[in-house]
Amino acid sequence: MHRTRILDHAVLILGALFLTLPVVVAFMTSSHEAAAIHSKGLMLSPGGHFVDTYEKVLTRQGGFTGQVTGARMMMNSFILGVGFALGKIVLSMLAAYAIVYFRFRFATLAFWVIFTTLLLPLEVRIMPSYEVMSGLGLINTYTGLIVPLLASATGTFYFRQFFKSVPEELLEAARIDGAGPFKFFIDVLVPLSKTMIAAIFIIMFVYGWNQYLWPMLMTTDERFFTLMRGIKQILQVWIGSQIPDYNEAFALAVLAMLPPVLVVVVFQSWFIKGLTESDK
Amino acid sequence: MATIEIDKVSKIYHGGVPAVSEVDIQIDDGEFIVLVGPSGCGKSTLLRMVAGLETISSGTVKISGRVVNDVEPADRDIAMVFQNYALYPHMSVRENLAYGLKNRRTPKNEIEARVAEAARMLELGPYLDRKPRALSGGQRQRVAMGRAIVRHPSAFLFDEPLSNLDAKLRVSMRGEIKRLQRRVGTTSLYVTHDQLEAMTLADRLVVLNGGRIEQIGRPLDVYHAPASTFVASFIGSPAMNLVQGELHGSRLAIGPALIDLGQAVPTQGAVTVGFRAEDLQVATGGAAAHADTLPLSVDYVEELGSQRLVHGTVGDQAVTVALSSDAPLSGEMQVAVPLGRLHFFDAGTGRRLAWSTAETHRTTTTANLLETAR
Repeated sequence: MHRTRILDHAVLILGALFLTLPVVVAFMTSSHEAAAIHSKGLMLSPGGHFVDTYEKVLTRQGGFTGQVTGARMMMNSFILGVGFALGKIVLSMLAAYAIVYFRFRFATLAFWVIFTTLLLPLEVRIMPSYEVMSGLGLINTYTGLIVPLLASATGTFYFRQFFKSVPEELLEAARIDGAGPFKFFIDVLVPLSKTMIAAIFIIMFVYGWNQYLWPMLMTTDERFFTLMRGIKQILQVWIGSQIPDYNEAFALAVLAMLPPVLVVVVFQSWFIKGLTESDK
Repeated sequence: MATIEIDKVSKIYHGGVPAVSEVDIQIDDGEFIVLVGPSGCGKSTLLRMVAGLETISSGTVKISGRVVNDVEPADRDIAMVFQNYALYPHMSVRENLAYGLKNRRTPKNEIEARVAEAARMLELGPYLDRKPRALSGGQRQRVAMGRAIVRHPSAFLFDEPLSNLDAKLRVSMRGEIKRLQRRVGTTSLYVTHDQLEAMTLADRLVVLNGGRIEQIGRPLDVYHAPASTFVASFIGSPAMNLVQGELHGSRLAIGPALIDLGQAVPTQGAVTVGFRAEDLQVATGGAAAHADTLPLSVDYVEELGSQRLVHGTVGDQAVTVALSSDAPLSGEMQVAVPLGRLHFFDAGTGRRLAWSTAETHRTTTTANLLETAR
């Protein structure tokens, strides 16, 4: 047995501090007043304005139209994140199912075409995507926000690899048991993919949640603003001698962190459970 | 219940050598047929064509008189047991058993009754609510069989179902499969590479080699009258001794030894002679050469407990002798050849050459005995 020494702990503590300190600083700073932050910089001690700052951030009507609140932006981000993750999972599972289990012409070619799009970031096709969406009149809708980003090479690739590892005999047994392609997918493949689905959900939710460029292009109506845009908005008010609401920006950032953290925590326990318990 | 007729069935993978060529097998109702052969002989492919998991290149497969070449596996009224069980890992044993019935829209109470019946037969009662991963290999195998039984299919197809089990479990599961098949009386087609499994389970054996049938017959008939050198070396353990010999008149020369057969011989000249290790005996009268003995120089001895296997050479050809465990051993031995139990094969083609009347007489007797025993 290796005996834990002080040095080992020191390394661990250092690592932990390195990762958590920025979060702690953001959280602590958010509970001070903007003026105090402006004059004294970042804070490590709690200030006395925790409740009112957060309340203000969540409920104050902001923006030019005064229609958007922090809570609203949070909901928008949430819709984007969940819609994004679920849509990607459904779409990439179906695509992978087709590629792995059905013999059709150019299946391999189709796979490689999908796979090579992995190399192209969203930004490359952002203009054409915008063009299509505006042509369809989907600017300032949730559909417009979510649908164009749903095709996922990463997801398709992961599911393809996973489906390939499912033993062939399972499909054959299901065929003899009278399960058609649809039944096999729903009754066997989907339950078996639970762990994979959880993993992809984590990745995609966080990805969707953190989207900045695409929502900025797609939404001009403030009712569709996401949190990421809100934070930016607050810091943009540096006009003349006005001090930006640092505290509010920090509060929003902290709030923006919570849902992804929650998703990771919840799904990770599933994920690990699935990994350790299931044998295919 | 059902018959299965396999008529001139071939499987040719694109552009390649046929994996199965022109195989004919008629399986009677309730019969237990074992397809046996080395790996790559096409036995699994043949089984999978009957199951509908593999397309049939040419020929027809009939189940209960109906041509099923283009029928979906689910609609062939067959059930299959896979080598690695292929249980649905996320379903409990009960759900695994019920899944096929559910897909066939069997009424709920009927499903319950059938699952309970299968569970009782296979002693799976206590495990019905467990997931497959919580079961041992033998139990998983039983669930796989249960999944076949609950369907009440007209035929069972087994694809090497025991090869993932350890030796001891394999023997007991072998007995269980046999007992179960007897009890439900369902026509069965069973694939294995284990000749012992084939011998013990089969009503009739089908020995396959290179996609072709070498021989079809009752296990003892195949054992006593192998149709070719391939069958002779494949069926029986230890494998039958096959040595090159030469026939001159009624005399047989094997290496340095000359044996007087004393009766009509099937051919003249070069021939492959077969004799089983257990039919050989130490010649009485010590080391002196006899009219019917072979000089064996011993290489090594394997002790099996009940018997000892003596491996040696006659001239430069390998010969194995199975002796009782208390038989005396020496470096050079004279072993007596059982004249009535010699097998002759064509030196070129390896096909069996029929010869003595005694031999044909014996096989028919065993066949008759089997018939009356049934």
